[in-house]
Amino acid sequence: MNDLIQQAESVILKPVGLSINDIDHVMGGLMSSSIDQADIYFQSSRSESWVLEDGIVKDGNYNIEQGVGIRAVSGEKTGFAYSEELALPNLLDAAKNVKAIASKGQAGIIKPTSRHGVPALYAAIDPLDTLSREDKVSLLKRIDKQTRQIDSRIEQVIISLVGVYDVILVATEDGSLSSDIRPLVRMNVSVIVEENGRREQGGSGGGARQGYEYFLDDGRAMSYAREAVRLALVNLEAVDAPAGNMTVVLGPGWPGILLHEAIGHGLEGDFNRKGSSAFSGRIGEKVASSLCTVVDDGTLQNRRGSLSVDDEGVQSQCTTLIENGVLKGYMQDKMNARLMGHAATGNGRRESYAHLPMPRMTNTYMLAGKSDPGEILASVENGLYAVNFAGGQVDITSGKFVFSASEAYLIKNGKITTPVKGATLIGNGPDVLTKVSMVGNDLELDSGVGTCGKEGQSVPVGVGQPTLKIDGLTVGGTHA
Amino acid sequence: MPKSVTSVPIGEQDIERLKNIAEDILSEAKKQGADQVEAAISIGQGLSVNARLGEVETIEHHRDQGVGVTIYNGKKKGSASSTKLDLSSVKEMVKAACAIAHYAEEDPFSGLPERAMLATDFPDLSLHHPWALSAKAAIEMAVSCEDAAREYDEKITNSEGASVQTFEGTRVLANSLGFNHGYLSSRHSMSCSVIGETDGNMQRDYWYTVARRAQDMENAASVGKKAAERTVNRLGARSLSTRKCPVMFAADVSGGLIGHFISAIRGGNLYRKSTFLLDSLGSQVFPDFIDIYEQPLLSQAMGSASYDSEGVATSQRHIVEAGVVQGYVLSSYSARKLGMATTANAGGVHNLTVKLGDLGFTQMLKEMNTGLLVTELIGQGVNTLTGDYSRGAAGFWVENGVIQFPVEEVTIAGNLKDIFKSIVTVGNDVDLRGNTRTGSILISEMTLAGS
Repeated sequence: MNDLIQQAESVILKPVGLSINDIDHVMGGLMSSSIDQADIYFQSSRSESWVLEDGIVKDGNYNIEQGVGIRAVSGEKTGFAYSEELALPNLLDAAKNVKAIASKGQAGIIKPTSRHGVPALYAAIDPLDTLSREDKVSLLKRIDKQTRQIDSRIEQVIISLVGVYDVILVATEDGSLSSDIRPLVRMNVSVIVEENGRREQGGSGGGARQGYEYFLDDGRAMSYAREAVRLALVNLEAVDAPAGNMTVVLGPGWPGILLHEAIGHGLEGDFNRKGSSAFSGRIGEKVASSLCTVVDDGTLQNRRGSLSVDDEGVQSQCTTLIENGVLKGYMQDKMNARLMGHAATGNGRRESYAHLPMPRMTNTYMLAGKSDPGEILASVENGLYAVNFAGGQVDITSGKFVFSASEAYLIKNGKITTPVKGATLIGNGPDVLTKVSMVGNDLELDSGVGTCGKEGQSVPVGVGQPTLKIDGLTVGGTHA
Repeated sequence: MPKSVTSVPIGEQDIERLKNIAEDILSEAKKQGADQVEAAISIGQGLSVNARLGEVETIEHHRDQGVGVTIYNGKKKGSASSTKLDLSSVKEMVKAACAIAHYAEEDPFSGLPERAMLATDFPDLSLHHPWALSAKAAIEMAVSCEDAAREYDEKITNSEGASVQTFEGTRVLANSLGFNHGYLSSRHSMSCSVIGETDGNMQRDYWYTVARRAQDMENAASVGKKAAERTVNRLGARSLSTRKCPVMFAADVSGGLIGHFISAIRGGNLYRKSTFLLDSLGSQVFPDFIDIYEQPLLSQAMGSASYDSEGVATSQRHIVEAGVVQGYVLSSYSARKLGMATTANAGGVHNLTVKLGDLGFTQMLKEMNTGLLVTELIGQGVNTLTGDYSRGAAGFWVENGVIQFPVEEVTIAGNLKDIFKSIVTVGNDVDLRGNTRTGSILISEMTLAGS
């Protein structure tokens, strides 16, 4: 565990000649008696992307990013500065600027920095090195060739491969130094098919905190390709989506985006501390049917949304948000936890050194229920079965959320029938889960493709759920 | 109170410094065997403060730098980017780009733009007006903006705060055809977001102002007041029953519709055949009273630039005239793929402008008579390949040209092909804050889904 910190030190500090003593020195410049919280966040990351289109790998990009973010918090006030230059004078300068947020106090007592290790949830590897450049190119070419052979209606295939190696080192006011080495890979296949002049698209992909071998295991890369083609062909048959309020059955896995939008954001600590969420002050209240238990779990091995420690050096955990329908807790970063008198939950995340941390989700999902998915569908006379989604958004204050179906079917007399075109579903976060009348026994997590945006910051996340039946959700089709 | 922060303004000397780094990159790439090279370097700095409930909440000092290089090895392309500008890092970056190009495959359409298309004339567009704003002054301004919002109405019960931001920077672009140019720019903004409550239901809305020159921004009290007014107007919102009805997009959201059109005639979507407007050049997409044009050379406008992100000279041009598509939105790569010439849109469009109609906002409501006025859209819900459109909406129900009550939790849907054709009129209530300048847009009918 301390190995991880030493590895991070050698990646970030050593090349610029910084030592643990220098960190103490900067922290000394940052702290005073009126500063409640402070951190120095070092980050070094490299990433690459390769894109295949028109049958050729026509483009690749490589990016190196390095910097430090320095923050001081006094009460509810935050001072923040960052720099791409890691030299000590720059750090001291930034610390001085940042400290001005607080009224002058006596010099604070500085605890000497000590290394604070936690068990890693993924291997400390650089995924960019897990496959040679030749092999990356030939992987893309092979998937392209095999994809085109699936169906003669395929017109265009676009495949992307992305790898990120992210090393962070964070020193906090309590004298602890934590680090994380976060590998992340992602692959995406999208196809366009054409039949009788009608063109449709389908896309699929996945990823994990692993090396590129993840895509070679179990023929995973080709499974994305087959799924993309299947979706595109389903869309060729799709008719206008219905418009209006109806029973909606959501498939397992990625439709868990419902939980992320409808309740997840509304349970982030910052909004609740400020009272701006439709869930503010509602802990202990019933906000969902008794069938619903929802967690945010950053501790899942190798998953895209997981973190060994968050960006404030707090070990990640599994936080119960809703238990048997009752609101149990919020997701917290250190500042909001302190101000609310709660414990930090390992949800303090930031896009990079150049951004301030805030409470964010990790992997958010609903636990399995008891119903057989077939039985759930059979119980619906008329409704919509939605199994794939393109994304969503929420207004946390009014509670209204949307998520856009990209694969959906009409349900008639308990049977899945005609596919319908993509449509936006809209509902009210605080009451949508009260309308959950059946929960499947088929919990699935998404394939590792989620990215969440909040206040301009993007972070990788995961979602999941079993099959769910919701008695009444507005479907935004054109067929009134 | 925080002391004011002094930072050295970015100036011409920085452009010269970055141009020299760009030259180093070009020669390093040549040395490493590249046939063609393009380098872009940017630096920026700024201050943003947020105040909430009368007190400063955050002070952020920004200082950014970034460099990118694209190299062509024959028709093989590779690119790399970095946050480090020192010579050894830059050499590493060039090496990484060359390595990628080595493994990439020949693409007959790749390469720098044609030399004759590159900008040679660099008019002063007056884009750089630095603002010597101290943290103290920024906080005072944010507090007064939020105060105006909180004092507007007793139904305003909470706040997400007001923020004041100032940025300045420069971007230098150089390529191996001899182009090496940079310009300075600034951007200042103020925004406010407040929460209102009635009967236990909360609503939130916001307002913002943005300008190249600080003195052109809307004043703090006015921004706060508008944010509060918009929030209060939303209180008591309800859903509607499912129906087909006219829909009017208010000027601050109607630019989105025009954005969907631009996306559908963008080179990448055209050559991939992933657009519902394939082969639309010369065809009638809008009613004949619609003109859409680009004005890249407007002084001080947010979307102004005398060349695009490849260095190709921009010029004023019609994209739609009398409802007919006159030109696509192309970079030199997508243009070659389509057998056309670039339209200087690598990186996007510049001050996209929709010709305004004669009616003001209130007259537009009368023209609609009965229907939905949309003031906010949420979710993605737009399929550029098929034109299918379905998004979450909030706004107001209008009867006999008069607003009746606020609406939320509804969707509006249709197909963009039909939506574009059924534009009834464009208002003269233009919103000049963004890169798309248009008035409110009235659509004769869409499907509204609700409770």
